[in-house]
Amino acid sequence: MNGNIKSITDPRLSLDILSQDDVQRLHTATLEIIEKTGVRFPSKSALEIWEAHGATVDHDSMIVKAPGHLIEEALKKAPPAYDLAARSPEQDLPLDGNHVFVGTDGCGVEVMDLYTGQRRRSRLQDVGEIARVADYLPEVGFHWVAVSAQDYPPESRGLHELLAIWQNSTKHVQTESVYSIAEAKAAVEMATAVAGSREALRKRPVLSIMQCTAPPLGQDGGSIDAALIAAEAGLPTGFMTMASCASTGPVTLAGNLAVGNAEVISALALIQLAYPGAPVFYAAAQTAMDLRTGAYTGGGPEDFLFGAATNVLADFYNVPLSMGSFATGAKEPNWQAGIDNSMSTFMASIAMSDMLLGVGLLHGSRIWSYEQMLMDCEIFDMVRQVMAGIVVDEASLALDVIGKVGPGGNFLAQKHTRRHMRQLWLPKYMDRRPYNVWEEQGDGARDWANAEARRILETHQPEPLDAGLAAELKRMIKSVETAVPA
Amino acid sequence: MNETLFEAMKQSIIDGEAEDAERLANQAVAEGVDPLEAINKGFVLGLDDVGEQFGCGEMFLPDLVLAAEAMKTAVAILEPELAKKGTAREILGTVVMGTVEGDIHDIGKTLVATMLSASGFKVYDLGVNVAIGAFAEKAREVGADIVGVSSLLTTTMVRQRFVIEALDDMGLRPQVKVMVGGAPVTRDWVAEIGADGYSEDAIGAVAVAKRLVGK
Repeated sequence: MNGNIKSITDPRLSLDILSQDDVQRLHTATLEIIEKTGVRFPSKSALEIWEAHGATVDHDSMIVKAPGHLIEEALKKAPPAYDLAARSPEQDLPLDGNHVFVGTDGCGVEVMDLYTGQRRRSRLQDVGEIARVADYLPEVGFHWVAVSAQDYPPESRGLHELLAIWQNSTKHVQTESVYSIAEAKAAVEMATAVAGSREALRKRPVLSIMQCTAPPLGQDGGSIDAALIAAEAGLPTGFMTMASCASTGPVTLAGNLAVGNAEVISALALIQLAYPGAPVFYAAAQTAMDLRTGAYTGGGPEDFLFGAATNVLADFYNVPLSMGSFATGAKEPNWQAGIDNSMSTFMASIAMSDMLLGVGLLHGSRIWSYEQMLMDCEIFDMVRQVMAGIVVDEASLALDVIGKVGPGGNFLAQKHTRRHMRQLWLPKYMDRRPYNVWEEQGDGARDWANAEARRILETHQPEPLDAGLAAELKRMIKSVETAVPA
Repeated sequence: MNETLFEAMKQSIIDGEAEDAERLANQAVAEGVDPLEAINKGFVLGLDDVGEQFGCGEMFLPDLVLAAEAMKTAVAILEPELAKKGTAREILGTVVMGTVEGDIHDIGKTLVATMLSASGFKVYDLGVNVAIGAFAEKAREVGADIVGVSSLLTTTMVRQRFVIEALDDMGLRPQVKVMVGGAPVTRDWVAEIGADGYSEDAIGAVAVAKRLVGK
């Protein structure tokens, strides 16, 4: 269906994390927040749209107070399912509630160099190289901008990043790195060129846009303006809350969900008021502040609960969800990274979040590690196997073979075993060797992941972007750069 | 005879009760208690206690912030009294800080401002989306020892460099020290733009600021 891309589908596991009553209370509380406390929209266009639809707008504070029915009516116009299109159509991703896809994480600022192991500032070359490795990996369904191209000017950086990914991969690109009017316009123009025409882009959006909210109860002006431009062109547009218990949100989990929910659904409602029926998605990566340092933790039980609970909210509003998982606070690929990323991915998967973000970053989404990327893929693969559950039927019960082998025999030489053995999960990076082999070799998961990443980077040839198209995209970037006064 | 009052002042800070601190500060003014004594023998001891408890893991960041807010309330009442007497509370240094132009992220910067202020720095918080030139202008106006520049976005972080250049242009460097902060800031970046210090969290920022003013 999706080329060789792996996804979780037809799950046999489920979880009751919030009752219908709980969800209704969260929804009612959210509408009360939006109506009485309001949400800040520091964007002239957004304030005009709200005002035209009867919301109360304070132009000085830029706080919008919208009645519940306005939000509810607007959200009803959002399409419940649509596809994220890829440059090669067999890699299109259906966001239909029955698939979980993984992207790369974003947007890191440093890279653990694949060859030297040294940490250094991220640059455009990294964006392209990470995209090339992600293009190869079947666990990765789509791209975020994994790291920031800090060797390029801020006003056009997001566009260089897009081009670098398209040049290295045929998979869908979701950028979280375009947040100004000029860049959004150029990004739409570039996506139009890749898709072939405005109409083609609307039918098969090869680009989607993710924006962060500004918790508590705020939006970023540039992000809102950029999202409106993307939505107008039919690009799927999402808003991510990262409300953090005790700092940017209430310390209690329910309160934090309500604050984040108010940010996200008010933004989605705005998009629907402006462009009814535009594809939108819910995005979230809530966490709990670390009580000692105040830091965004990117892991721990609160994150895991948010991971599952948020999809219940997104389902309630009948829109796809992009959920932060894998976002470990660990400084290197280690015990903490393994636990954080396994638990968060499992909890977001069991709730069938449509998109998981994402593989590869450490230290709260700041440091890129290819080793972590490959190990994260293995985590997803494991979760995927767990989600497939246990099938009970005649073939899997294997009564014939049990009878044949009888007490005391073994199943190794049975054809039934050979027929079904490849259903068992096999690790790439877990060490199941004899103790003495481990002792003699002295290597492990990080070494193997490093070697595999090098192999992919050195040998994988993604389908190149047409040379004429690439030149056209470069011209589009150039026009943004020359339009900005020095 | 003021011991009970001082003890209550200390406790109001430990409890993080700004209303109690305010009431006690007003009581001190009404009863003619020496404002400097009220601060140093009362309120400051509470702050020290909270700092110690935080250090050994008994208290957490929200305790610290509540204590700092209570302290600020008390000092705001007592400072004018000090001024009337022609004295002032000893400050560790003057800090001008804000989140750089194009960036509206507030919380990290505000937290650092609160912590610095509670630790005895005079802090001018310019808010968010602060124009490059405004940092240097304010620094000159108030005779700042330190300028703190915050940014959360990789695209606005580059402007931290411009703030340092603006300070250079006004001839304020190297006397005025520059601290930078925000999620994308790394040690390499600090070195590249020639800033004097950075910290990943607010507690560390206080230590850096103290080092920069030689305290």
